[in-house]
Amino acid sequence: MSTSPSQSFAAHVGYVLRQNPVTLITFSLLAGLIFCAVLGPLLAPYDPLASSDTILQPPSGAHWFGTDHLGRDVFSRVIVATRLDMTISIGAVALSFVAGSILGCVAGYWGGWFDAIISRGLDMIMAFPLFVLAMGIVAALGNTVENVIYATAVINTPFYARVVRAEVNIRRDAGFVQAAKLAGNSDLRVVAMHIFPNALPPMMVQVSLNMGWAVLNAAGLSFIGLGVRPPTPEWGIMVAEGANYIISGEWWLALFPGLSLMLAVFTFNLLGDGLRDIVDPKQRR
Amino acid sequence: MLQIRDLRVQFETRNGPVDAVRGINLDLARGETLGIVGESGSGKSVTAFSVLRILDEGGKIIAGDLTYGGINLTAADENALNDIRGREISMVFQNPRAALNPIRKIGQQIEDVLRQHSLATRQDARRKAITALEEVQIKDAAARYHAYPFELSGGMCQRIVIALALACQPQLLIADEPTTGLDVTTQKTVMDLIQNLAKDRGMSVLLITHDLGLAGQYCNRLLVMKDGEVVESGPPAKLTKEATHAYTKKLVAATPHKGKALHNLILGGAAVPVPDQGEVLLSVRNVTKTYAGKSGPVEALRGISFNVRKGGCLGLVGESGSGKSTLSSIIARLQDATTGEIEFEGRNLNDTPAARFASDPRRSEIQMVFQDATESLNPRHTAAQSIMEPMRHLTKTIPRDRSARVHELAAQVGLPAALLSRLPHQLSGGQKARVGIARALAVNPKLLILDEPTAALDVSIQALVLNLLADLRHRLNLTYVFVSHDLAVVQMLCDTALVMRSGECVEYGPTDAVLSSPKSPYTQELIAAIPQPRP
Repeated sequence: MSTSPSQSFAAHVGYVLRQNPVTLITFSLLAGLIFCAVLGPLLAPYDPLASSDTILQPPSGAHWFGTDHLGRDVFSRVIVATRLDMTISIGAVALSFVAGSILGCVAGYWGGWFDAIISRGLDMIMAFPLFVLAMGIVAALGNTVENVIYATAVINTPFYARVVRAEVNIRRDAGFVQAAKLAGNSDLRVVAMHIFPNALPPMMVQVSLNMGWAVLNAAGLSFIGLGVRPPTPEWGIMVAEGANYIISGEWWLALFPGLSLMLAVFTFNLLGDGLRDIVDPKQRR
Repeated sequence: MLQIRDLRVQFETRNGPVDAVRGINLDLARGETLGIVGESGSGKSVTAFSVLRILDEGGKIIAGDLTYGGINLTAADENALNDIRGREISMVFQNPRAALNPIRKIGQQIEDVLRQHSLATRQDARRKAITALEEVQIKDAAARYHAYPFELSGGMCQRIVIALALACQPQLLIADEPTTGLDVTTQKTVMDLIQNLAKDRGMSVLLITHDLGLAGQYCNRLLVMKDGEVVESGPPAKLTKEATHAYTKKLVAATPHKGKALHNLILGGAAVPVPDQGEVLLSVRNVTKTYAGKSGPVEALRGISFNVRKGGCLGLVGESGSGKSTLSSIIARLQDATTGEIEFEGRNLNDTPAARFASDPRRSEIQMVFQDATESLNPRHTAAQSIMEPMRHLTKTIPRDRSARVHELAAQVGLPAALLSRLPHQLSGGQKARVGIARALAVNPKLLILDEPTAALDVSIQALVLNLLADLRHRLNLTYVFVSHDLAVVQMLCDTALVMRSGECVEYGPTDAVLSSPKSPYTQELIAAIPQPRP
């Protein structure tokens, strides 16, 4: 126990990974996704936007995932699309995490009118079918990637705010909170530095679930033609374009981007338990 | 009737297997009350759970024989055990609220048990349930049948749990800390009830407790456990007078009772001098506090007045709901009083509202030690961070000086420096209490409010912490307001006592006078409830 905090944290992460093989697999998948997202264009064997004469070729040694109706290499497009899809989902989740945390802290700590107004406002967002709401927001604000991020953030914020509100509320009168006040902390500092960090473990589970939803949401919006426009490589568009060719037997156009989408959602959903164990101090020995 | 031979229980943990019980032997005769006394981690509850084979996951009986009335419990299958559980051997748990189903009426819960063991039919279950309630002296049992657990007080809930446990006329009752968390007066009624019921039915009782005084009063024979082993056994009078084992001696010494001096709690402890008293430091005049409740205003405090001199120690005594915690948090300026004045060094504290007191220069002069050491430490902060926290905001020191001061404080409260980098859940109860005290002392307060700082601690740790507090008071010339439900503890530490009930002061005066010649009937009742070993 005399090791420095950073060392013991690394040891703790190692322990969590060893203890739970699923977490280990999930973290390797995540590392793979991040690798593709960062290095995307460098990894792709072909230019994802360059069309050629070899159209609608089935998967082969030259084109692992085949080619599409314009002769573009599907493998390169799937790899390059990772960055865009990850940017949208991480951006959206980061925004809703911050907004939800602030709203949840205010509602949970100060309560009263703040709580009533914030909670009812969030209920109003939740009362809409969320995907339709996102469509409406993108349609109203304009058809850009930024607006897809904002729309996804708006529909995810209530989930974060509710988790934080509940976690802050149960700790509002805890002994360590009173002790923090005795130590001269202002209310703002008490909430931000003492109560909120204790809400992180359940938030991490929420983050991982939300990441999956955000990826699906972004792909869903571009599937119906909102947000990202062709010819930009993006999993949702690729599935939408490929869907037209499934009937005629060219299954690879939709299958491979669909599989990557599934893999990403799968990774994020399984990430939750591992992340929670890592940020929860009680798991440390 | 119950025989345990060489019982060994092992738990699988992250750091390898841990022996919780290491070969204990126990015999319990029909109609006998046997007390197992030990501190947390001694394996006393694990022993009891082994008898009913209800160990947590990871716990395993690795050796030994458990025999009940000729039946080998270690070899019995789940069906046979289910017949024995409740019907032959029954259990009363520590937290009565957690042991009751919150969404079922208490009467129905008793019916469930009766019908589970085919002791009642649909037609007569209700009548039998009401009889069971009457037996545990629930007044107006027919009406209480329809009550939900949340509508009842802690003492009432424990009586319901006892009624549940006794509904099937068991031969053996295992009571695992049945009165921990209950008020002293309630503790007495619950224990008297168990004792009388056991006598009427010729039932054996296995009483598991950390309180040697309580066990001594109600048991025929005691077993003292430490680290999974029985260190000593015998009748209570013999154990308290002529204990042979060092641990038993320590435990006997650490158990507070009326008339004991503070330093006698630890073996070979030296008397701690009491600081001289100066002028009045804290003056509370006519403080009231009214909350807005659902059914009209609730008066938590109805006009409390007292003075504490510099270097003095006031004991605030009361049971749960008496308003003592409200009063202490008002003095600590965590909340405002509805009316009344609080003067500190002759200046009115009410000038600054509680919400803005954090930035008042007097913040560092009034500090507090909280009741639950675990809950009062931020689970994400190490011991050092927790102790440093007040210095970061209330003093203008540089980080290096603060770190030095943390080590100085740790030494002062007897916390090994190696433990400073640990998180709260890696510390024991006594260590957490020391962190809490060090944190309160960090900014050199003049007045320290101690809100039941030893309530959650084992008696031997309580003895050390109380002596530490007395020593610090003398060395640092501190003034204490000591909140407690335990008159025996207050008597040892405090020079003045104030007894509270329902937000009112029922008695106020020098501690010796309050204890030796109490004027109010309530104080007399409280004093009578302090466990006294049978002669």
